[in-house]
Amino acid sequence: MIINHPHLGPRDAQEFVYLGDASLMDRPDWQDENAADNFHDYLYLRDNPDGEHRELWYHEQGDRSWLVVTRNTLTHEITRVELARDVAIAMRRRK
Amino acid sequence: MTQKNRITGGLVDRSTTLNFSFNGNRFQGHPGDTLASALLANGQIMMGRSFKYHRPRGALSAGSEEPNALVQLRKGSHQEPNTRATVAELFEGLEATSQNHRGSLENDFMEITDLFSRFLSAGFYYKTFMWPKSFWEKVYEPIIRHSAGLGRISFEPDPDIYDKGFLHCDLLVIGGGPAGLSAALAAGRSGARVIIADEDFMIGGRLNAETLEVDGISGSEWAARAAVELAAMDNVRLMARTTVYGAYDHGIYGALERVTDHLVTSNGKPRQILWRVYSRRAVLCAGATERPIAFGNNDRPGVMLAGAVRAYANRWGVSPGKRVAIFTNNDDGWRTASDLSRQGVNISAVIDTRDGEPRAQIPGATIAMGGRVMDTRGRKAIHSIKLVDGRTIDADCLAVSGGWNPNIHLTGHQRGRPAWREDISTFVPGQDLPAGMSVAGAANGTFTLAAALAEGHAASDRALSDLGMTPKGGDIAKAEDEAANVTAFWHVSESKARAWLDQQNDVTVKDIKLAHRESFRSVEHLKRYTTLGMATDQGKTANMLALALMAECTGKTIPETGTTIFRPPYTPIPMGALAGRSRGKDFRPYRLTPSHKWAEEQGAIFVTTGMWLRSQWFPQPGETHWRESVDREVAATRGSVGICDVTTLGKIDIQGRDAAEFLNKVYVNGFATLDVGKVRYGLMLREDGMAMDDGTTARLGKNHFVMTTTTANAGPVFRHMEFCRQCLWPDMDVHLISTTDGWAQFAVAGPNARKLLQKVVDSDHSITNEDFPFMACGEITVCGGTTARLFRISFSGELAYEIAVPARYGDSLIRALMAAGEEFNVVAYGTEALGVMRIEKGHAAGNELTGQTTAANLGMGRMVSKKKDCIGNVLSERPALNQDDDLRLVGFKPVNKSEALASGAHFIARGKSAVMANDEGWMSSVTFSPELGHSIGLGFIKSGQERMGEIVRAVDLVHNKDIEVEIVSPHFIDPEGDRLRV
Repeated sequence: MIINHPHLGPRDAQEFVYLGDASLMDRPDWQDENAADNFHDYLYLRDNPDGEHRELWYHEQGDRSWLVVTRNTLTHEITRVELARDVAIAMRRRK
Repeated sequence: MTQKNRITGGLVDRSTTLNFSFNGNRFQGHPGDTLASALLANGQIMMGRSFKYHRPRGALSAGSEEPNALVQLRKGSHQEPNTRATVAELFEGLEATSQNHRGSLENDFMEITDLFSRFLSAGFYYKTFMWPKSFWEKVYEPIIRHSAGLGRISFEPDPDIYDKGFLHCDLLVIGGGPAGLSAALAAGRSGARVIIADEDFMIGGRLNAETLEVDGISGSEWAARAAVELAAMDNVRLMARTTVYGAYDHGIYGALERVTDHLVTSNGKPRQILWRVYSRRAVLCAGATERPIAFGNNDRPGVMLAGAVRAYANRWGVSPGKRVAIFTNNDDGWRTASDLSRQGVNISAVIDTRDGEPRAQIPGATIAMGGRVMDTRGRKAIHSIKLVDGRTIDADCLAVSGGWNPNIHLTGHQRGRPAWREDISTFVPGQDLPAGMSVAGAANGTFTLAAALAEGHAASDRALSDLGMTPKGGDIAKAEDEAANVTAFWHVSESKARAWLDQQNDVTVKDIKLAHRESFRSVEHLKRYTTLGMATDQGKTANMLALALMAECTGKTIPETGTTIFRPPYTPIPMGALAGRSRGKDFRPYRLTPSHKWAEEQGAIFVTTGMWLRSQWFPQPGETHWRESVDREVAATRGSVGICDVTTLGKIDIQGRDAAEFLNKVYVNGFATLDVGKVRYGLMLREDGMAMDDGTTARLGKNHFVMTTTTANAGPVFRHMEFCRQCLWPDMDVHLISTTDGWAQFAVAGPNARKLLQKVVDSDHSITNEDFPFMACGEITVCGGTTARLFRISFSGELAYEIAVPARYGDSLIRALMAAGEEFNVVAYGTEALGVMRIEKGHAAGNELTGQTTAANLGMGRMVSKKKDCIGNVLSERPALNQDDDLRLVGFKPVNKSEALASGAHFIARGKSAVMANDEGWMSSVTFSPELGHSIGLGFIKSGQERMGEIVRAVDLVHNKDIEVEIVSPHFIDPEGDRLRV
C-alpha cells in the first residue's frame, strides 16, 4: 500500500507501523465517575467495519508522525490522510 | 545425434550450435531454442514422468503454463528442480535431468503405480490412511514422505546472488505481445514513463509463433522493430525474461526478472531480481492460454496443444512429429494444420468437433468434421489415434485445441471475479479490476490481431488521459483479424480410457465425477479433494475443463459453478529471490556499540540483543567455561570496580515547557517534583495496567530530561511516547528525540568506581559523595574538556555511575577508563555478569516485564500515583488485578544449596501434585550467585510478600526437576542499599 503523507508525499506502507482504530485518540477522562467502564470500552471495544475505517499509522521509518488514515478495509483504498496531531487538536476544540 | 525434427524456418540462429545434455545424453540446439524445442528437434518427445502414476509425459505446451515437462537444471549446488523445459532458454553446456522416476526415465520402477490407479482415485489419502490408527506414524507417513515431492533440491546452500529492486512508472504494460507492444509504443511515444515486461526472452508473444503480418511485415519482424524502438526511448524500460507475478494494492506489482538464468554462469551478477513496481496505471496484456480437450489417454507424449505445435514450427523450426493430426473445436486448430502443411510437414488428419465444411484445404489429410478422438496408442510416444467412429489414424503428434482462456489471473489478485462470455466459451476479466488496471488483447478475450493492437493502443490512451497526459501515440499498427470461431467442447464422453484434465497432478475426468458423487461440488472443495490445479502450474491448462465437467455433472452453467480465487504468484518464485540479500549475517541489519572494536581486541564473546551485538563476557587466558569468566567479572566488580558498555539502553531526550508534566503522564510515579540534577527510577504502564517498561530519567534542566529505556523497548517506548504527545496531549509543549545512538554510555560499578572516575573526570567537577550523591546527575567534562554526562545510578547494587560521551568518543573513553582502572584491577564485564548482579540485587528486567505483570506484581504497586492522570492508572485498579492472592515478585533459594534453580519452573505447595490447579506461580530469572555461593532466583508467587521463609517446590516438568525452595526477599545483597550511598 501507499500512504500519501501530508508532509512527505506518497510513501510505501512498509515505512509505517500500524496501531488501530483512530478512536484510541479519544482517551476518557480519568476523573469521570465511570472512568473504569469508559477506559474499558476505550481500550477493548472497537468497531471493525467492512468499509471505511479511520485508523492510526506511525511513520516510524520516516518523520515519526502519527497519521489518521481513512482506508476502506475491503478495497484498501485510502481516501484521506491527516496528521493525527491536527485531528487531536480539532477534537479538543470540539469538546 | 541429429536434429531429426528440425524443419525450415523459425527464429533460431542456425549459424551457431549449442551443445547440451539431457539425462546424460548429448544433444545440439541453437540460440533461441528453449530446452523443450531443442529436445523436440532431437526427437526426444518424452521428457518426464507424472507425479502420481509415473506415466510417461512430454511437453504439452510451449510456455509457462507447462504441466509436464519439468526438469532439473544444472548440477551440484546450482541444481534447480521443477524448471519448465518449455521456458528454459538453451545455453552452451546446459545439463538437464528428468524428474519423478526411480530408475531411468524410460524404465521407471514406480510405473507400477499406474496399474493400481483405480485404487488411487480422488480422496485416496483421506480414505486409505485413516486406519488402523497405529499405522500412521510407522507405515503410512514414511511411505508418503518417500514418494512425495516433485524434484530434488541439492541440500547445499544456494551459491547464487539474488537482488531486490524498486521501479516507478506512469504505465506498466504486462506482456509484450501485440496488445502490449501497441500499448507501450503508444505510451512511450507520448512521453510517459513506461515499463513493459514479458516473461519470454523474446519480445513479441504470439507474434513470434504465428505467420500473421503487421504493418505489411511479418509479425515477429514488427515485434523486433517495436522492441528496438522501445529500447531506444529514455522514458521506457523494456524488460524481457520478467514475469509480473502479482497485483498488489495501490498500483504496486511484483515482478521477477531472470537476469542470468540463460547464461552459463552468473559471473557475479544477481541470478534473479525481485522487483517491486510502483505504477500509476497498468495494462494487462498477458495473452491467453490454450486449453486441451479431454479424451482417453490424452496425456501421452506427442499429444500437445495445437498452438504450441504451431509455435514450435513457426518460431523454433521444429515439428514435434512426422505425421501430425489435429483435433480442434475452433478455427485456430486449422491454422496449425495450414502452417505445418506449408512447411512440408505431413498432416495426417484434421478432426473438428463441429459439423460443416472444412475450414481449409490440407493436402493429404483425412478430414473428419463432427469427429472426435476417443483414444491414443503408443506408450512412450503416440503412434496412432482412434476416433469415435472407429477409424484409426497414424499420428506421432496430436495437436489439440479446445479454445483459448484469457490470462486473467492478475485481475483476480484483489478478489476481482471474472465474467463468463458465452460467444468464446470462456471467462474474461470482470468489472472489479484492481484499481488503475485495464486489460487489452487476448487477456481481455479479444483474440484477433487487429482488434488486439487497437485495444492495446486505446488502453494506453485512456490511461494517459486519466493521468492528465496527452496521448500522442500515432497510428495503430495495421493487421487483419483472423478467423477465431469456437464452439464449446470439453471432453469426449465416448472415451472409455482415463481422460486427463490436470496432467501435473494426475486428475482425470473420472476423479471429477467421483468428487461430484461424493458431494465435493463447490469449486473450492473440488480443488482440494482432487488436488486439481494445486500443482506448480496451478492448473492453467486444467481448471477450465474441470469446471465445465462439474457444471455438466450438476446441471448448472459454468458461471454458476464459479471459479477459484487467483492468488499471486502467477508462476513459481524461487525462495532465493524472495530472500534476496537477506541471508546469513545480512538477514537483518545489526548495530555495534562504540566499544565494539575494543571489546573484539579483548576477545569478548558477543550476543545479539535486539539489533545490537553486545559483549556477553570477556574470557581470560586459562578460562575454559563461561561461568569462570562471569564469576570472575562479578567478583572483581563487587570487590573493586568493573565497567560495562550500556550504550544500547534506549535514550530519549525530552524537552519543552511541559516536559515534566508530560513525564508525569507517561510514568506512574511523579516527575514534576524531581530536582534539576537528579535522577529517578520510573515505571511505565500500558493503558491496560500492565507494566510496559522501566528505566531512569534524569533532569538536566528545568525543561530538559533524558530518559533511558530497556534495550529491547527503545523503539516501542519512543513510539508510545510520540503517540501520547501527538494524539493524546497535542497541546503540550514537549519534544522528543531518540539519542540512543548519539551517546556512548558505560556503567562504572564497584567500591572503587569513584576513585577510578576521579582520574578521568576533569577536576573542576567534584564527584565526591557530598557534591554528587546517589541519584545525582550532571553535565561534566572528561579527559581535558570532552563533553560528558554523569549519572550516579546503579543496576549492580554497588557504588556506581553511568558516564556518557558523544558516541564518537566512545572508543577513546573505554580505553581511558580501562587505563585509569589498572591500579584497581578493573575488569570489563558483559551482559551475563550484568544479569547476575541485577538478580542478586533483585531488579526486574525483561524476564519480569513480560507484558503480563502489573506494578503490584512487581512489588511497585505503591509507586502508582492516585493523585494524577497517567497511562494505565485507571485500569490498573481493576478488581481482577487487585486480588488478595496476587502474584508478587520475590526471591528464591534452594533448600539444598547445591541444587541449581531453573527458570520456567512452577511453584507447587509441598505434598500437592504438579497440576495446573495447584500452580502458585513461576520462576522468572535464575543465576548462580558468586557472592552467596549458590543458585538464586526471582519469581512470581501468590502473596509472596507475606510468605517469607516458607518452603515450596519449584517443579520443572520439561527438565524433570522438582526441588524445594525457600521464599526470600528479592534483594539478595545489600537490602538496605548502603553500598549505593557511600
